[in-house]
Amino acid sequence: MGVNGQRTILLTGNKAAAWGARLADVDYVPAFPITPQTEIVETLAKWFASGAMQGKFTNMDSEHSMFAAAAAAAASGARVFTATSSQGLLYGLEVLYTVTGWRVPFVFANVSRALATPITLEPDHNDVLSARDCGLVQLHAETCQEIMDFILLGYRIAEDRRVCLPVLVNLDGFYLSFTREPVVIPGEAEIRRFLPAFKPVQPVFQASRPQARASAIFGGGNYTYFRLQQHMAALAAERVFAEAAGEFGERFGRHYRAVEPYRLDDAEYVFVMSNSFSTKGKAAVNRLRDMGTKAGLLKLSLFRPFPAKAVADALRGRPKVAVIDQNIAPGVGGIVFPEILAALYDREDRPRRMLSVIGGLGGRDIRDGDFMTIVERLDRPDFTGPLTLFGESDKEQFQALQRIAGRREEALVP
Amino acid sequence: MTAIPGRTFKKVKELSPAEWIAPGSPLCAGCGGLEGLRIAEKVLGENVIYVNAAGCLTLLSVFPFSPLRGSWLYTTMSAPAAASQGIRDALDVRMGKHGLPKSEDLQVVVVAGDGSTCDIGLSANSAAIHRGLDFIYFCYDNGGYGNTGFQWSPSSPYGSSTQTTPSVAAHPAGSEMKPKDLFEIWRAHDPVYLATVSPREPIDLSNKFAKAKALKGPRLFICMAACPTGWGFDPKDTNVVARLAVETGIFPLKEYAEGKVVHTKMPRKRLPVEKFLETQKRFRHLFAPERRDDIIAEIQKDVDSYWRLYE
Ligand code: SF4
Repeated sequence: MGVNGQRTILLTGNKAAAWGARLADVDYVPAFPITPQTEIVETLAKWFASGAMQGKFTNMDSEHSMFAAAAAAAASGARVFTATSSQGLLYGLEVLYTVTGWRVPFVFANVSRALATPITLEPDHNDVLSARDCGLVQLHAETCQEIMDFILLGYRIAEDRRVCLPVLVNLDGFYLSFTREPVVIPGEAEIRRFLPAFKPVQPVFQASRPQARASAIFGGGNYTYFRLQQHMAALAAERVFAEAAGEFGERFGRHYRAVEPYRLDDAEYVFVMSNSFSTKGKAAVNRLRDMGTKAGLLKLSLFRPFPAKAVADALRGRPKVAVIDQNIAPGVGGIVFPEILAALYDREDRPRRMLSVIGGLGGRDIRDGDFMTIVERLDRPDFTGPLTLFGESDKEQFQALQRIAGRREEALVP
Repeated sequence: MTAIPGRTFKKVKELSPAEWIAPGSPLCAGCGGLEGLRIAEKVLGENVIYVNAAGCLTLLSVFPFSPLRGSWLYTTMSAPAAASQGIRDALDVRMGKHGLPKSEDLQVVVVAGDGSTCDIGLSANSAAIHRGLDFIYFCYDNGGYGNTGFQWSPSSPYGSSTQTTPSVAAHPAGSEMKPKDLFEIWRAHDPVYLATVSPREPIDLSNKFAKAKALKGPRLFICMAACPTGWGFDPKDTNVVARLAVETGIFPLKEYAEGKVVHTKMPRKRLPVEKFLETQKRFRHLFAPERRDDIIAEIQKDVDSYWRLYE
């Protein structure tokens, strides 16, 4: 035990997420298993069963049902947490669009896992980005510590009068979900000061307060009013995040920003990244610097609302920027790249050279050599991109499978 | 376990004159589903939250109006039972962990149509019943997707025509499948209470809701929702059509509790099914341009073989 009951323990990303919910004194967890998230709900189930957590854990029948139960419980005044991943997030997406409109606060973890087809286990961000337009606040974690901290911050954002929206905290499957890192667990009393018990600012369901919620509406103008309310609430979350993160930093000594610059000040080459692979990016930046190349990195922590101004400010005057999308929108390319371009378009001081990079799909590693390739392509103005991180070794590996499958043609890749 | 009350009501005038659902909703005139809910509410009274699936009754609450004195939550087409789980659990946790007074508790009532109940929401309502969720499920069954213009649903009767099962030369019956037996599907879950009700039988309906109200656990209702718009009859005849559904034996009034199915109203002498069929446009193709005795006989045969088990 350290100061104020603070202690440091080794936790997997999944356990750190469960700890976040436990420290938030969550009342209710409706759950449905999916790899690689399952350890989170298993841990919470045990804590509710043992009495370490007070409230209720309910095994649900699908993510669709799970999110409906989560949001309805939040609308009934409980502090709610849940977790999902990949196809599960997609299966619940209809409900997520619905309940962001209910304007109910709850927090859930999404453990990123690439989407079918082909079905696979390891991460990329097509799952979490598929939920980018449904009105959730999204925080993307790089480390196990961030997972826990973002869940605590998540409740502060979700429950704030100006927001009242569900918050998604993303962590990469395998790379974070099953990786043990030292995590500082703050003391109970300090946590309660930062995150007091849930006091709903919206009316909740109970006998003395009959209310109709989520009623139908007719007329595009009337509909627009409600949608704009949601939009303003989501936008407000950036400010609320900054305020809560400021207080969090003062209390716990860990400082978070919507975007995190890494060795950016004099950088000539910038990698824009998010989630756990940012750690690989930072390591590559250090090695490039050792070799005399002025590299830097911008990590996106708050992905929704999209901190366009913070992104543009951070990239101001940086000559060459590569946006590494760990996702692919077939027929378009990377999903985040156009959002960054839009944030920069009307800025005089925007980077002159922007490159879209698509890599890390299905957990495919992004290695030092890949970062070298990115730097080299950034230097070649004739290369318009996107750069797809699928090299000779990937190709050879796949061709070995093709030979077993009895195919003789060359693998066809961009 | 709480004892199941016997008959609470014997005469219509014993029913509460209080109205918990104000008139003037955008629903069709003569809607049997709404009438069923209105009478049920007289028994359920205050402190109710209605959890709704997409369907006709979604139009009960159109911003800024609600005809209900209780609370209302519109969910999605398939999630009302799951949302009910969240509401029930949250209220239980708040009462247990946070000292919310018991007087703040709510009766959770799903309001969903047969399309939601038998199709897209079947898995979620099965799961909620299986979990033993303490709630009431009110399925207003009009045998079709009514709110979207009356397409085929798994509850559409054999021989009825719908927008997506029209009667044509190759498919003279229109709907060729026998409907899903929701009562039996639900009975297999062994809920604490399960009943069919018809607003045309308000005493029977009210007694069943009074029984359900006294119990805890899944209490499930299938309400015959005579539907002037989808079935094709004059709204003023809802009561006639609903009565004929019972008197022909097409819609059995029954309940299931403590392991037994009991018919609460046995038609003394069942009328021929065509007395019911001929009242509605959805069965017109069985009578014109030529009479389809074969299809009518098939419908009669199904009704007869059902009742043979009980008569
Ligand atoms: S279509 Fe039928 S069930 Fe729907 S509101 Fe009209 S009468 Fe009622």
